[in-house]
Amino acid sequence: MSKKSSSSSRFSSIMIIIILVSLGLSIAAFYQAIIAYGNQEFNMGSYFALIGIMGLTFLTYMMIQTRRKTLKLPIQAQRVATTILCQKCGFKNIRDFQRGDYILKDTEECPKCNEKMIIASIYREVKEKKGKKELS
Amino acid sequence: MAWLVLIVATFIYGQRIQMTLMLREVEGSLFRLKFMRDEGRKTSISTLKELGGTEADPTARVDRFLEYVAIPPVNLDPSGVIWRLEHILDVRDVRFKDEVKLMAPGMEESQRNNMENMLEAALSLNIIYKVIRHFYVLGKKTKSLYIIMQLQMLLPLIMREAEAFSNALQAFTHGQPIGDGAGALVAAKLMHGHRKKKIAKDTVMAKVPMEGRIAYVLKAKGPGGNVGKPGEAIKQVIEKNKGKISTAIIIDAAQKLEGEKPGEVAEGVGVAIGGPEVEKYKVEETVLKYKIPVNVVLIKEDIGDAVSAMRKEVFDAADAAVDRIKRLILERTKKGNSVIIAGVGNTIGIGQ
Repeated sequence: MSKKSSSSSRFSSIMIIIILVSLGLSIAAFYQAIIAYGNQEFNMGSYFALIGIMGLTFLTYMMIQTRRKTLKLPIQAQRVATTILCQKCGFKNIRDFQRGDYILKDTEECPKCNEKMIIASIYREVKEKKGKKELS
Repeated sequence: MAWLVLIVATFIYGQRIQMTLMLREVEGSLFRLKFMRDEGRKTSISTLKELGGTEADPTARVDRFLEYVAIPPVNLDPSGVIWRLEHILDVRDVRFKDEVKLMAPGMEESQRNNMENMLEAALSLNIIYKVIRHFYVLGKKTKSLYIIMQLQMLLPLIMREAEAFSNALQAFTHGQPIGDGAGALVAAKLMHGHRKKKIAKDTVMAKVPMEGRIAYVLKAKGPGGNVGKPGEAIKQVIEKNKGKISTAIIIDAAQKLEGEKPGEVAEGVGVAIGGPEVEKYKVEETVLKYKIPVNVVLIKEDIGDAVSAMRKEVFDAADAAVDRIKRLILERTKKGNSVIIAGVGNTIGIGQ
């Protein structure tokens, strides 16, 4: 399991051929368009320019589709907060979660009334992305 | 002319091009799955080395653990399949616990349970990766558009599940309460300060006076990662009371639909116990025998939230669920009646 699998090539040969042919044809079409415009053949020039643009669009689409998506780190450290509460006087202390914390665990004494405090809550807060419209 | 050739070639090889594009997409996801699987393995090994209390290298054992399989019983003859399935699940559970004990003899019980949960998450990531890799290679070998197409269409859902397991690793490593523990949290709040006793394997019960009724509150034994045997526990309480239970209320986390808010509380009837349904079956059998009504209180969340550190919305929903339970008891039972309140779910990071 620990052995690394051989990485495959970034682009397959068929894709490289398609991309190169499209690029060549697009350049040729643009060249023909320039010549046609130079000869005052505006209609023909426009056709060639259109073919060139179409070729480039196709090429860009193929490139976007075949690119390897960058590996995002899916394991993001989540900030988890622990709330320690004195049930007698209501004193509250919120701090980062520490290993060994659990809900309803008896913890240190209350600095105000010296009563044993408990861990009242452990949770993470999630900030929702702005601009998301929810249908209710 | 060349353009004509290109267009004709696109017509002829269109399917091939589409297949190549799909394969690239699947390959990208497969790389991410491999990364997650490796992270799970690495995290498990490093946690075992840190907290295991032994000098022995756990790598080989972890690798063996990640390949474990549990073969379900034959269901061609469905009679008694539940009990055969329960036996296999019990054997699996004992085997897992023994393995973790061997890997980390220095760990205390609750930490060992957390470690077991963590290894199970790593095992799930390994299985997901291997299954996707299998279909990817199969699709490539057979050049079957339909195998690749099915895989590519299902991938978004599979990736969501894998990412949920991946996020679960942090919670299991540190012993943080997870969203699935919403039911256990409600029960913990209700039984806090009352005497608890073991009622079934890894399951505790407290007798709590509530609104003039006697409530038998049940949950898995925390704070280690445990789901206990809620079905068996409910059955035991009913049998011990000779069926004189006015109502049973089960609280559990439920998967929300897209568009619903996490932490929404819903009510209903039926037995809300997830997993392989052995426990659900036991409750259904027992409540049917004594004609006991079963109510459920559900706390909604998505799959990602269910196995990662508990969200504030879900935590806050526990208080709303307690209010609903009290209202249900007042409406559905009379003073002096006995009721069962069972908080179902993984109790990691939740005491009692």
